[in-house]
Amino acid sequence: MSIRRPVRLSEALYIRQCEDTVLMAGGTDLMVKYRAPAGARPSFTKDVVLIGHLKELNYLKVYEDVARIGAAVPLARILEDASVPAYVKEPLASIGSPSVRNLATLGGNICNSSPAGDSLTMLYALDAVLTMASSKGFRECDMADFIEGPSKNRLAKDEILIEVAIPMGAYDRTFYRKSAQRRANAISKVSFFGVASVTGGKVESIAMALGAVGPTVIRDRDAESMLKGIAVPGRREASDRALEHIAGLVEPIDDLRSTKTYRRRVALELTRHFLEEVVGL
Amino acid sequence: MDSKVRFKLNGEHVTMTADPLRRLIDVLRDDLGLTGTKEGCGEGECGACSVLMDGRLANSCLLPLAAVEGKEIVTIEGFRKTKRFELLKECFTEEGAVQCGFCTPGMVLAAEALLSADPHPNERAVRDGISGNLCRCTGYSSIVAAILAASKRGEGLW
Repeated sequence: MSIRRPVRLSEALYIRQCEDTVLMAGGTDLMVKYRAPAGARPSFTKDVVLIGHLKELNYLKVYEDVARIGAAVPLARILEDASVPAYVKEPLASIGSPSVRNLATLGGNICNSSPAGDSLTMLYALDAVLTMASSKGFRECDMADFIEGPSKNRLAKDEILIEVAIPMGAYDRTFYRKSAQRRANAISKVSFFGVASVTGGKVESIAMALGAVGPTVIRDRDAESMLKGIAVPGRREASDRALEHIAGLVEPIDDLRSTKTYRRRVALELTRHFLEEVVGL
Repeated sequence: MDSKVRFKLNGEHVTMTADPLRRLIDVLRDDLGLTGTKEGCGEGECGACSVLMDGRLANSCLLPLAAVEGKEIVTIEGFRKTKRFELLKECFTEEGAVQCGFCTPGMVLAAEALLSADPHPNERAVRDGISGNLCRCTGYSSIVAAILAASKRGEGLW
């Protein structure tokens, strides 16, 4: 297998149109996945197309209503940008270590499509929109529709993810927590991301997403609807109903990192903490 | 399979004719004899293979050679010619921050990357800065003390 380093996005798209390839931005997942014994070349099963260096994928602009982030922007650059809100940064800061975050990209975390991908809970809850390019043109896809299961997504063979658009909201209640073996370089056992805005003593908007408790990130829009308009401080009735609904969607598994019992319990306790302690429901 | 990859290595322009899919760490150690860069885990978790890429810490076990085209790479061999290294060396020695030494090149480069971005880090920031570098000997506290000492004594260096 070979590795190609196109100079422009159009060249990369042309390669994608002609050949069955694997895209590499930062390489922090792929170089581990296709790792060979020390000294040997990585054992990729398809030709690799490098896209991390492409200028067309390396912009970051935060507007009043939306943050537009090029798919190959390294996580470290997002974290250093003063115009990106803290609630967007928090999950990204929990990924890897400084050196990994210097290489790893937002687009890579999305296309790796792990149920434990730590940017994903945030992107699901904030209704991020992805833009894909191919030599035929552009198309958009909602974050929640993009990932189909572990390592499976709707990126076509001739496409490249080029932009992640994150709508900006005025949230006054935010909470992110990742449970993992240790603080750095650890994959989530379970994670939670939640934002809400409370105005005039009522929940005006609320969004939550849970990571690593199902084949994809789980967002329960029905539970969120039950909570909209509820008075704060509340008496835990609405939050109990919402939690019961979420509990029905959470389907964790046992694996080398954790157990389904632990994951279910921590996922629901983190949700409860957000609803009762952070939002005040 | 070989192709030409041009980059700057320890201050000099180099053109490597090599398989561009090979890892940077293998090219550094096996082709160029720069064995100060160590391989611990080979999965980006231990930081022993850390180098500086355009001044930022990067795991050379996660970089295919093709990805360093046009970049500036500094390994511990290049960094040891600097005043900053001399000070870090003194502080690591004085604080007993080196035992077996395997993590030390990566740890020193992590310290350099941290102090370049933040010349006066607090202890928490130092611990975050070296959070991708594993040390199985020291228990970290002497390394943290060494970096804090270098930050204090290195006024104007970073």
